[in-house]
Amino acid sequence: MFAAAALGLLTAMALAIVRALLGPTIYDRIMAVNMFGTKTVLLIAVLGFLAGRPDFLDLALLYALMNFIGTIAVLKYVRYRDLGQSRYGE
Amino acid sequence: MSLWAEILVWILVGSGAFFTIVGAWGVVRLPDLYTRMHAASVTDTLATFLILAGCAVPVLLAGDWLIAIKLFFILVFLWFTSPMASYALAHAAFFDGDKPVLDHDLTEDREGSA
Repeated sequence: MFAAAALGLLTAMALAIVRALLGPTIYDRIMAVNMFGTKTVLLIAVLGFLAGRPDFLDLALLYALMNFIGTIAVLKYVRYRDLGQSRYGE
Repeated sequence: MSLWAEILVWILVGSGAFFTIVGAWGVVRLPDLYTRMHAASVTDTLATFLILAGCAVPVLLAGDWLIAIKLFFILVFLWFTSPMASYALAHAAFFDGDKPVLDHDLTEDREGSA
């Protein structure tokens, strides 16, 4: 049953790659990458149960946090063209 | 694992995979950024919950509390971060001038191309 879930997640990741390649704006690509990261977290968790090694959940936790920070950082860069800027318009 | 637990895991994980694929299909098919984000973020919360709950059933039955707590934290982190990322994305895209495609835009496009 976890193999079926892994297959579904891989299909969703392939569709996310399609959107990331097609995406007309940069924001479509960012959204696709964010979705890909979320599916990666789920895939790592499911693969851990599939292989009978639930220790993989630590990696999934790390990926969940890294994915969020990465998305916010890319969005801030695209919006302000600068990661170190602290205030609006200064 | 008893038969009922197996059936429960099958239902949870199977519906989670189903919603994942439906959301990804929506991300490819829908017409503009905001509707695509709707498809992506709805499945980010619902399918995540279903799949992780399906993983948690055998763990809880075995009484492995450390792994159950890790699953719970993954769920909580995803439930906090994915709506926040969606909000930041919509905010950035809207202020960059990416306006939603409205219904009459689609009909104008169709009439214009016909």
